[in-house]
Amino acid sequence: MRVLSPLLAGLYLLAWRPDLMAAVDFQKQVQPILRARCQACHGAAQQISGLRLDTKQGALAGGYSGPVIVPGDSAKSKLIDRVTGAKGVMLMPPGGKPLSAEEIAILRQWIDEGASWPESAADASQPAKSLAQTLVSKHWAFQPVANPRIPSAGLPPLSNPIDAFVRQKLNSLGISPSPEAPRHTLARRVYLDLVGLPPTPSQLEEFLSDARPDAYERLVDKLLASPHFGERWARPWLDRARYADSDGYEKDWIRPYAWRYRHWVINALNRDLPFDQFTIEQLAGDLLPQATVEQRVATGFHRQTMTNREGGIDNKQFRFETAVDRVNTTAATWLGLTMACTQCHDHKYDPFTQKDFYQLFAFFEHVEEVDIDAPLPGELEPYFAKRDEYRAERNRLLAEYKVHEQQVAWEKEMLRAAANPGERTDWDLAWDCLLKLTEFGDGEKIIRIPWDKRTQREHDILTNHFIRNYHFAVGPKKYAETKFKELDQKLTELAAKYPQLTQAMTLQEEPSEQPTYLRVRGDYRSLGIPVQPATPAILPPLGVKGRRPNRLDLARWLVSKENPLTARVTVNWVWAELFGRGLVKTLDDFGVRGDPPSHPDLLDHLAYTFREDGWSLKRLIRRIVTSATYKQSSVVRPELKERDPENALLARQNRLRLPAELLRDSALVASGLITHEIGGKSFMPPQPPGVTELGYGAKGWGVGWKESAGAQKYRRGLYIHFQRTTPYPMLMNFDAPKAAVAQCKRERSNTPLQALNLLNDPVFFEAAQALAREVMTGSEDWNGRLNQAFFRVLSRPPSASERLHFEKFYARQKQQHQQGGDSGEVAAWTVLASVLLNVDEFVTRE
Amino acid sequence: MPSPLRPEQLLAIHSRRAFLRDCAGGIGAMALAHLLARDGYSAPVASPSANPLAPKPPHFTPKAKNVIFLFMEGAPSQMDLFDEKPELRKWHGKPLPASLTKDLKLAFIKPTATVLASPFRFRRYGQCGMELSELLPNLGSCADEITLIRSMYSEAFNHHPGQLFLFTGSMVAGRPTMGAWIQYGLGSESQNLPGFVVLASGVGTSAGSDNWSSGFLPSSYAGTVFRSQGDPILYLSNPAGVNQQTQRERLDLIRQMNLEHLERTGDLEIASRIHSYELAYRMQMSAPELIDFSQESPQTLEAYGLNNEKTRAFGANCLLARRLVERGVRFVLLMHASWDHHSGLAKGLPRMCEATDQPAAALLKDLKQRGLLQETLVIWGGEFGRTPLSEIRRPDDPDSIGRDHHPNGYSMWMAGGGIKAGFTIGKTDELALQVVEDRIHVHDLQATILHCLGMDHTKLTYRHMGRDFRLTDIHGEVVQKILA
Repeated sequence: MRVLSPLLAGLYLLAWRPDLMAAVDFQKQVQPILRARCQACHGAAQQISGLRLDTKQGALAGGYSGPVIVPGDSAKSKLIDRVTGAKGVMLMPPGGKPLSAEEIAILRQWIDEGASWPESAADASQPAKSLAQTLVSKHWAFQPVANPRIPSAGLPPLSNPIDAFVRQKLNSLGISPSPEAPRHTLARRVYLDLVGLPPTPSQLEEFLSDARPDAYERLVDKLLASPHFGERWARPWLDRARYADSDGYEKDWIRPYAWRYRHWVINALNRDLPFDQFTIEQLAGDLLPQATVEQRVATGFHRQTMTNREGGIDNKQFRFETAVDRVNTTAATWLGLTMACTQCHDHKYDPFTQKDFYQLFAFFEHVEEVDIDAPLPGELEPYFAKRDEYRAERNRLLAEYKVHEQQVAWEKEMLRAAANPGERTDWDLAWDCLLKLTEFGDGEKIIRIPWDKRTQREHDILTNHFIRNYHFAVGPKKYAETKFKELDQKLTELAAKYPQLTQAMTLQEEPSEQPTYLRVRGDYRSLGIPVQPATPAILPPLGVKGRRPNRLDLARWLVSKENPLTARVTVNWVWAELFGRGLVKTLDDFGVRGDPPSHPDLLDHLAYTFREDGWSLKRLIRRIVTSATYKQSSVVRPELKERDPENALLARQNRLRLPAELLRDSALVASGLITHEIGGKSFMPPQPPGVTELGYGAKGWGVGWKESAGAQKYRRGLYIHFQRTTPYPMLMNFDAPKAAVAQCKRERSNTPLQALNLLNDPVFFEAAQALAREVMTGSEDWNGRLNQAFFRVLSRPPSASERLHFEKFYARQKQQHQQGGDSGEVAAWTVLASVLLNVDEFVTRE
Repeated sequence: MPSPLRPEQLLAIHSRRAFLRDCAGGIGAMALAHLLARDGYSAPVASPSANPLAPKPPHFTPKAKNVIFLFMEGAPSQMDLFDEKPELRKWHGKPLPASLTKDLKLAFIKPTATVLASPFRFRRYGQCGMELSELLPNLGSCADEITLIRSMYSEAFNHHPGQLFLFTGSMVAGRPTMGAWIQYGLGSESQNLPGFVVLASGVGTSAGSDNWSSGFLPSSYAGTVFRSQGDPILYLSNPAGVNQQTQRERLDLIRQMNLEHLERTGDLEIASRIHSYELAYRMQMSAPELIDFSQESPQTLEAYGLNNEKTRAFGANCLLARRLVERGVRFVLLMHASWDHHSGLAKGLPRMCEATDQPAAALLKDLKQRGLLQETLVIWGGEFGRTPLSEIRRPDDPDSIGRDHHPNGYSMWMAGGGIKAGFTIGKTDELALQVVEDRIHVHDLQATILHCLGMDHTKLTYRHMGRDFRLTDIHGEVVQKILA
């Protein structure tokens, strides 16, 4: 509330009429106001919204939304709007007493008189960096990665350095490490951790009977070389990439070629593509000189953003949201930083400004989404052999249904509608649908290209759209006369008959002269100051001179020696995959509010060696899993419960509930049902009716769940089709990500719905049935069968007491299920198998 | 504050206690402490899995314990249902001056579209004389129970973002929904059923599972869909060939195995798993009773419209919603789609009202009669409203006329736990373009819902990616005027 009554204020204003007054003295009248009322937030210590009012240069330059002082024109000066709270803007200073009418009048007069700021009035030169900034710039995560000396920790020389760092800390606290886990536990652990599959009984046998001293290291090497390694390690990466097989919004259309990017990830991991290259190709593969198709496929990382095809949405808004998501995902995945806050304002805790955000945003604002041919080996030859025949057939059909002439007329009317919105409502709708519903390309862009300048791909995209969506323009009656529905079906069938090339969703740079603007309060419509692509000010600079930096520069900077974060963040999530907890517990927050590392030297040692060792993920993983620390038993130590409830000291391994996909895979391996087909398309396992129907796309937009046939339905969980608005229930029940934004860490919940899922889902019960068949054919004798079942599911034999329990259980079940000629054996073994597939030990990596 | 437990809950805890003592010997004490903690009895032990759904005290004494949100997906037309605008008749068939339409956000139509007066009549209902459309006679008979809000506004003008905004407070996917926040804040009173249940009728919704997602909260807080076909809860029935006796024996052996392994490893997560399996079994046992309407009186079934093809789907869900809150379920999201009348408004809207008006009113009356309305907050509404301007998709077909999206002013109603009865708040201008009195933003609605449940929306926070998030983002004010 204003202190002054309007009447009094009026008197003041009258009294301060500039024409009646002597010129304002800046030093005596203006500077004290700025000092007392503005500079706490807009001064040397901090410059909220990019504004500083303690220097002439700063005051005249203004803040993120542009200049705040227009010398000679107080009415146009935002400074005055702000202190008067005019025009619906937030009143400054916030929280405190508003400026008095007298103070406002002084500022007005000063501006109207030209806002003179004599050099003599300069405050004693102060560094732009505040105390707070200096403190946060000392934050551990922003310091260069060190190469710490490896402590001896009383270990024999040539021991794994990881153990030295861990032991040193344990020794200092007088805690002894845990013994090594039993060999069968260790085998199961390393199988699940490296390839995501439990060992089969014969694989287990092979390891257990290998008496060589380096049997374990040999197993590790074998698993690292397995093609299943890429399947296991792709998943945490796909969580970050927010991978999914559908658009995500509303109609949630299926993306039939999303898998091509997943295929690339699996491959890259299997060939141990160095992580720096892995990074560069995914963020900027298209910008590499002579980029290969595979390098362009890699840019699919940032094509996993959600797409909104709702009628009437503002495409500009969603382009903006998409670029914002690309910034946030890049920051979270490589830098372990939350930039999301700075979309709208300077960060409250971390030393990141809104300007930093839009400087990163500038790398992603002008990118184009382009689908390309990305054939897999063996596709090209048959495609070319039949291409002309296919094209001739397609053209024949198009001619038969008189597509060309109708399309030409339609295009003309469409462009007219676009130029005259509101003239004809039906054509307005048709135009909007072109903007939203064009598949695999940009309909608006293509329709504006002259017919004979279009590529074949562009022709196909627009013609397909026309055939499917002409009814929006002409109505159902006339559309029916065209018989385009029938034609559409024939074209689809024709395409299916001929070999087609696999497509990939990629990014490419869009030539644009448009500068990037900071968006005031994060609103895509409120343009602030122009910004250049750059890295956050608190981190090392990009070092590009003389040209506008691009995504390739950013990608190279991320994996440069100077950037302290990427290597640390990466070794930390790899560590978390292998221990269930990162050395930095907050995998997604290396900022000042995140947890400090439990073992800072170990973290740096791992980060340093990872980088110096050529960014090899396989060698990093090998170093970790061959350490004594990794191989420890996971049995809980009651004496440490109070001191180290989260096992941050690593005096043992952790028991970890398997992620959704690996739980499914384990059941399929144990039962022998699994289909191993590495990479390739997604598939749809059996799912009860009524799940997909809860999504909007199920009605009239063709989004449906078509159970995959034959052996396809037994493929690994990683390949399950992910429909964002109606995901496969088992994945959700077991904490798989929702694929809306990058996810750096999965929960491991423990719920009754999980129990129902494992107990009753036909998919898991089928596994129990198959397991029963396997053990019954594998052995004649009951004990042998039980042994087998245990080995297949838990990688160990039953204990004496377990044997007893199962014997009784089996007898009861057999008796219950005996009926006529049926001995009840199959049913009894099935139920017995289903028990094993539900016990905690099965769902847990120990 | 000890949470009041019903006898069956005490019994359940007691028998679990006995079971642990009997079966588990020495480790029983440890596991027992853990299980008691998850039931909210003592300070939680340091375990990664202390029951996330244990009842938690609210911030202050609540008016409501439960929520039934009747989500009318697709955006019902407020000037045809709740907010009569006679002035539109004068403008019918004519475009509005550009000065009035320049700030409109429109999805499909252009600002030059012509005005569409409501083809429906309004009348006064109840003692309070609330004006409602002729399409809602049954709601009219409950006018004295509800607060009608005519001054809602949203920032989103498309369905999926609008639904995200309504349920998560943000237009961008990935945040927890209202039901998840409430479970996170208050836990679940029900021992046998999920605390957040989702019921659907009509067609699929634009946001799909985003409307009941736990977002970045642990998945235990997500809504559980009760299905109208097959198992009410996914995988609730035993697999083919497994009868109830076998199921129980299966569970007993799993428990035995888990107990032995708990002893070997000392990992309390296993105690949680045992608890989860027991709860799953209790769900199996109690769900059939829940969905069995045979004990309901014929009058009740008739009132909810279960004997009528048109009202049956929504009516069954309304009745189920009552049975769920009776059994301690905290948040029921009842969705009915779709009210998205871009075309065919004159026929489509009466059809939707026919399917929903009677059951919704029956739910209010039934709750009231059973004394449940005072502790149950009932909310009816969509993600935004519709334009006073016409949308004409087929100029050659007059029946095709409908209305486009309109977030600047629309209506909802609330009733029960903590909300005024027979009260109308808010005003839009004569042309239904903007709210002119008592503007209520979506974040204000969310803050008010949390308030009714005894929670301060600024204090219900969760740290994610280095930031404390809220349902109401950084906004929202409790609408004091509608509180009883």
